Amino acid sequence: MKNIFIDAPPLTPDQAKLGRSKGYGDHPLDKYLKEGRIPHIWCSGCGIGIVLTAFIKALEKSGADPDKTVVVSGIGCSARSAGYLNLDTYHTTHGRAIPFATGVKLANPELNVVVISGDGDLFAIGGNHIIHAARRNIDLSIICVNNFTYGMTGGQGGPTTPVGAISTTTPYGASEYPFNLVYMAAAAGASYVARWTVLHTRELRDAMIDSMSKPGFSFIEAISPCPTAHARRNKLGSGLDIMRYYKEKSYLADELDRDETALGLADKIAIGKFVDVEKPTYLDMYNSHVADRAAQAAKKKKKKKK
Amino acid sequence: MENRAVLTGTHFINGDIACAEGGLAAGCRFFAGYPITPATEVAERMARRLPQVGGIYIQMEDELASMAAICGASCSGARPMTSTSGPGFSLMMENIGLAAMLETPCVIANIQRAGPSTGLPTLVGQQDVMQARWGSHGDYEIIALSPESPQEAFELTIDAFNLAEKYRVPVILLSDEIIGHMTEKVVIPHPDEIEIVKRRSPNIGPKDYAPYYPDEDDIPPMSTAGDGYHIHATGLTHNEHGYPDISADAQERLVQRLVRKIRSNADRIVRTENLYLDDAEVVMVSYGCSGRTTREVVETARADGMKVGMVRLITVWPFAEQLIRELAEQSSVGAFVVVEINSGQIALEVERCAGGNAETVLAGLMGGRMFAPDELYKVVKEAVL
Amino acid sequence: MSFWRMPLDAEEQGVTVGEVHIIAYRCKGCRYCIEFCPNNVLAESEEFNEKGYHPPYAAKDGKCVNCNFCETICPEFAIFVTEGKPGNLQPADVLHDVKPGRRLQRKRRYGE
Repeated sequence: MKNIFIDAPPLTPDQAKLGRSKGYGDHPLDKYLKEGRIPHIWCSGCGIGIVLTAFIKALEKSGADPDKTVVVSGIGCSARSAGYLNLDTYHTTHGRAIPFATGVKLANPELNVVVISGDGDLFAIGGNHIIHAARRNIDLSIICVNNFTYGMTGGQGGPTTPVGAISTTTPYGASEYPFNLVYMAAAAGASYVARWTVLHTRELRDAMIDSMSKPGFSFIEAISPCPTAHARRNKLGSGLDIMRYYKEKSYLADELDRDETALGLADKIAIGKFVDVEKPTYLDMYNSHVADRAAQAAKKKKKKKK
Repeated sequence: MENRAVLTGTHFINGDIACAEGGLAAGCRFFAGYPITPATEVAERMARRLPQVGGIYIQMEDELASMAAICGASCSGARPMTSTSGPGFSLMMENIGLAAMLETPCVIANIQRAGPSTGLPTLVGQQDVMQARWGSHGDYEIIALSPESPQEAFELTIDAFNLAEKYRVPVILLSDEIIGHMTEKVVIPHPDEIEIVKRRSPNIGPKDYAPYYPDEDDIPPMSTAGDGYHIHATGLTHNEHGYPDISADAQERLVQRLVRKIRSNADRIVRTENLYLDDAEVVMVSYGCSGRTTREVVETARADGMKVGMVRLITVWPFAEQLIRELAEQSSVGAFVVVEINSGQIALEVERCAGGNAETVLAGLMGGRMFAPDELYKVVKEAVL
Repeated sequence: MSFWRMPLDAEEQGVTVGEVHIIAYRCKGCRYCIEFCPNNVLAESEEFNEKGYHPPYAAKDGKCVNCNFCETICPEFAIFVTEGKPGNLQPADVLHDVKPGRRLQRKRRYGE
């Protein structure tokens, strides 16, 4: 059959050059952002930008080599973060950021691999992957922006939507029990687990520094307002109102108690660092249990042959 | 030092193990998979062999994760591989689409079993041919190779890696249960005799590099994570810089190129084994384990004086359109008999390419066993008459 | 920040002063910087930016102590602070005005 494709407009010389965005470099952190990508897509009052800033600050303060830092994300509002960072960044399929990152990390263990994604991406469609990556203790840093809803698609109910919360798919109020993300990550075997709200910018940044320097699977939950999709339907007010609520209702929890750290609609928020343990990572275990033994077995075989 | 990755010598191994050894010989040092009959032996072999050669074998939680992991490993510069069968292949479709979109080279060995659904886990089928081509949503082109013996499973796995790296495309080794579980002589050559195609890496600095700006042959050079190129790769429709570009223009440019880079090179990619075509009145078209029966039948028919020829597809995708078209126009050829263990998948392609110039007959089996030569012989005899 | 009395070493210790830089066109008017500035330096301006939001402005310029919180809480990369010339605590910063530098005087007097 003869193929006739309608001609695609060729790349103009202007497009072929790296697009300069207006005012790139106006902000000192712009050097960590890809040129031509700002302004970002997030709504006014959205907390994902704060998480992104915290991450950049963490990158700056920890002295991590940007050339050796890779950010992988899935699908959703939070997952769009990857596209703005001036690093090697991969925006993958829905829920698969962690297995993709697993591949990136294991094929080149010297990379510092960070996953930035949302609660729906990591715990609904990607729920199986996060528990197994935590179980294996793969050296990844997971930053989960939890806004209790699917923002990108307009505010549907998800695995973190609190009981009673209105969303487009829970018009009478959510009736399912939500996941307690920090409890789940800890139970699955994460080496580092923390939860902060986006109001706790410095703690969030420090947690990110900790998580990047921590060998093993680390998980940070960043509670973030979604004024457009979640707050509006649940009469939680503007982003600012939610930030005030974070200030008022968040408190430092001493331990990871399941009920204490559960999150309800406009309820108290237990924040803090819940898990910080040292244990061999996946690669440590692989090297000591598999690679070394394989080498020994090969040696023995050789001796037998002789 | 002996090269432990390439086990040069003569072996008596099955097609799955040959496939794993082919991967190792081709430089595969990363395997992510999930056990599934009849592909488990590939994973088992890799689990044993990869740690011996400094590679990583990881058993993921499912096939979705396996496929995603090899996409990621490919971005880190590895030559990665996974293996699966029907149900797992269905799960992999999502990220085969991602691999096509991100243009990450990787190899997927699908040791086909009979379906639909769980079907016949331990018995043969060739029903994933169209799924291999069209399985993931959206438009893309793919390469699929089908071995007819353990020896070919070894060789085609190496070819699969080379094609993947050359064209930046996921390549599917479309084997089947019979080939996977058949034990035969496999000769593994010396490493110097094995051609390894390296990935095209950028020859310009990070400042000027646009990750999806293709060379003249529509294939963009690929940077490796950690090399300082700071690229963005996304499954969204993207422009040449890798940034999302949600527009009809970007879509047109990108998807046309994804399709074109394989279609315009089809002549170079397509490989077939041709037998007695010069004067053939009936051409049998087959691939994989069915190819073995077909060869036997063609030889018997020739001995009986019937003018029967054979085309065995080594590359199932891209399809050998040109060859079938030419054969259909060849005055001697009256009919094609397509032999496959499904209800007619390659038969559709043959019929399309024949364009009414020759009749197309499907010899189909729903799976569970190979064709027996005598039952195929009957079909051919009828076709010749 | 306010002190209930003038610290004893107010003359010796410089106070960090920050210079607030606002990239008005990037602002999406969430007001986080205004609300959470510990020194209440920022206020919403009257004019609109090109997006139609009211960006903040440094209403109490000179009161900024370079804590950087606005920079970290801005989701838009629209505000940042640079360190200015260090200043000294002024009597107006203190709730109960007491003469500054008492310790210095004591030092001079007793030769500590």
